Amino acid sequence: MANYFKDIPELKFHLNNPLMKRICELKERDYRDKDQYDYAPIDFEDAMDNYEKVLEIAGEISAEIVAPNAEGVDAEGPHCANGRVEYASGTKVNLAATVSAGLNGMTMPRRFGGLNMPIMPYTMCAEMAAIADAGFSNIWSLQDCCETLYEFGNEDQHSRFIPRICAGETMSMDLTEPDAGSDLQSVMLKATWSEADNCWLLNGVKRFITNGDAHLHLVLARSEEGTHDGRGLSMFIYDKNQGGVNVRRIENKMGIHGSPTCELVYKNAKAELCGDRKLGLIKYVMSLMNSARLGIAAQSVGLSQAAYTEGLNYAKDRKQFGKEIINFPAVYDMLSIMKAKLDAGRALLYQTARYVDIYKALDDIARERKLTPEERQEQKRYAKLADAFTPLAKGMNSEYANQNAYDSIQIHGGSGFMLEYPCQRIYRDARITSIYEGTTQLQVVAAIRYVTTGAYLNIMKEFETIPLTPEMEPLKNRVMEMTCKYAACVNQVVEAKNQEHLDFVARRLVEMAADIIMCHLLMQDASRAPEMFAKSALVYVNYAESEVEKHFNFVRKFDAEQLDNYRQ
Amino acid sequence: MSGLKIVVLAKQVPDTRNVGKDAMTPEGTVNRAALPAIFNPEDLNALEQALRLKDQNPGSTVSILTMGPGRAADVIREGLYRGADNGYLLSDRAFAGADTLATSYALATAIKKIGTPDLIIGGRQAIDGDTAQVGPQVAEKLGLTQITYAEEILECGNGKIKVKRHIDGGVETVEGPLPIVITVNGSAAPCRPRNAKLVMKYKRAMAPMEMPKEGLPYAEEYAKKEYLTITQWSVADVDGDLTQCGLAGSPTKVKNVENIVFQAKESKSLSASDEDIDGLMKELLANHTIG
Repeated sequence: MANYFKDIPELKFHLNNPLMKRICELKERDYRDKDQYDYAPIDFEDAMDNYEKVLEIAGEISAEIVAPNAEGVDAEGPHCANGRVEYASGTKVNLAATVSAGLNGMTMPRRFGGLNMPIMPYTMCAEMAAIADAGFSNIWSLQDCCETLYEFGNEDQHSRFIPRICAGETMSMDLTEPDAGSDLQSVMLKATWSEADNCWLLNGVKRFITNGDAHLHLVLARSEEGTHDGRGLSMFIYDKNQGGVNVRRIENKMGIHGSPTCELVYKNAKAELCGDRKLGLIKYVMSLMNSARLGIAAQSVGLSQAAYTEGLNYAKDRKQFGKEIINFPAVYDMLSIMKAKLDAGRALLYQTARYVDIYKALDDIARERKLTPEERQEQKRYAKLADAFTPLAKGMNSEYANQNAYDSIQIHGGSGFMLEYPCQRIYRDARITSIYEGTTQLQVVAAIRYVTTGAYLNIMKEFETIPLTPEMEPLKNRVMEMTCKYAACVNQVVEAKNQEHLDFVARRLVEMAADIIMCHLLMQDASRAPEMFAKSALVYVNYAESEVEKHFNFVRKFDAEQLDNYRQ
Repeated sequence: MSGLKIVVLAKQVPDTRNVGKDAMTPEGTVNRAALPAIFNPEDLNALEQALRLKDQNPGSTVSILTMGPGRAADVIREGLYRGADNGYLLSDRAFAGADTLATSYALATAIKKIGTPDLIIGGRQAIDGDTAQVGPQVAEKLGLTQITYAEEILECGNGKIKVKRHIDGGVETVEGPLPIVITVNGSAAPCRPRNAKLVMKYKRAMAPMEMPKEGLPYAEEYAKKEYLTITQWSVADVDGDLTQCGLAGSPTKVKNVENIVFQAKESKSLSASDEDIDGLMKELLANHTIG
């Protein structure tokens, strides 16, 4: 039986990271649930065994149910009738399987019916769902909106809503509007307090809402009349059982056909406030988006894996000039870089997830008791790392997913252009990953401050102190040279003190930082498991070095005076 | 209605669906080492029907009954992971070598010991023997009505059960009285996946014979949580008659096993013309290869 968790040994490797000990300890609060819940772990080993078993379930469902349905779902897609969404038939089967397997509300506390799993193994499930069908992975992984509801909703809302998500109801986050895409400050959906109904009423239109007919929606709306910026926005919970929101149409998209992208019309939809007024965008949606970005990073890694697997299998099978095409340097060059990007991006994804886990678990503990000064320091440290890594993980992995999907088709040759092989679906599905939940350009905007403040450089310097196997030392020396070039570029741009100059070269600087950080992560992985990662570490350092060199050449020779030649 | 008591008959079988070159020994017997042991597929279909009844009738219990060596407890664990409440492992050297008659005797005896349930349900047949005899024989031995080739249980209540069953060229709906034995066809709904919480709850469940002598990890858990110890019964535990068990109780004797290798002896070339394709379709329909 196919099972992504068992068939892709890299996943188990990433699960068994040394940081998991601390994550489990925090998430399980020293295993205090063990006497209250028959499925709670007794100790660290037991917790890890639990995660592995849950990942095996997710790996099997993804490979045996979701993947075989993907082609049918892609062709059929969802339908809209009478204001409601009807999922494709395969999507319904997929959802039923995940619900029956209890793979919902995975990170929620047990008292709400959740599995209390850390974000790291949950993210791994999301990756596996995306290997199978990126469209379906959207619907399933929107369960992470529950994190935001848990963080900012009140006790009463927790007890009413979270158990429903754990039981398998789906979620959506209703942010985008026709005139508010990347610029969410312009959201116009109106929220007015109704004394008569003793609740908020939502009126207006949302667009491009993934899984827009979900059971529970988190909605960004303007609660402060007369305001025009982000400070007038609040977050609301809309429960479909209340009625008042209809799906006007489902978008006809290039890819992720399984995922219904909806235009929603709100007509006096009864809703309740989540958290405090006016903090909707500046606090809650920022948190929501960070979770979602990690989710898209996972989806991207899943797509990269799928693209690589399809390319590899085809290249092994396809014969030209009397031999399998995988034996031609031009082909194995592509495949090796695909694999290296996959391994590097995955390392970045799970490192980010672990950082998020530690600070979020500490955040949660802080809701119960005062943190010790050491814990506060730890929380701050990991929150900063998570914030710095999340845009890199999302930005780089979504670009890699696209590049791998492109190369996968290239390996298939003419057959790849026909609509017969999965690589064409992967190519179409991957295209959105670098656009939604913040385009790559916006990930750069989020990341650039860690370039200019030296945060990334500090991380690189810290990584340099981690002992590696002797085999990795020559690579490390090369990466340290890359770091010098990166630092030189950053200095030059910072010293130029020209905002537009900085904005212009920001993508290049952020990519350099990401490349170097991923080199470090891969070298660390290759030190722990050379049989799995040594090849990729070398291939990736070769690749990253040439990328860094390219950016170095550009940035060093660039100055603000050239900008005029670029303006269109 | 109040809950139903359901027993699911399940068997651990070698996975004969994905056989490789080494599936048979040179002597022509099944090479069990080369084939993974799995939950007999149609027994999983039966388990799903049982679990659906449980979902619809709160208070119902689903028990897995299996016969085999210690590792056959895997089948019980798989059942627990999907929603069964408990399991019984019939295991005794004296049960070994059983044909369908001795197997059904052992199962029927165990069911009497459990206390006759409302419903006994199993797969139509196991993929190792393909006899489809055990279910019907259990029904005969217990003097119960049987419905074979079931595809879906449509209704169950007031002492009656309505079942859609697979027949040649279609389906028919029949009704029978409880208690009853039902065997389920592979065309029935597939079994639900393992449930995360149940896997975490039952992952350490073990039959006594599986427990290592040198002691178990987390041994104290077994004292605290009764459900972690799977009931294991010997011939004596079910008050069985040794002459009717295992090899002694099996009149079926295998005289010879032949290893049949299919070989294409003749070939036929067809053009892509409509006439040729039409002719081929008619030929395949006439010799019942398709249709």
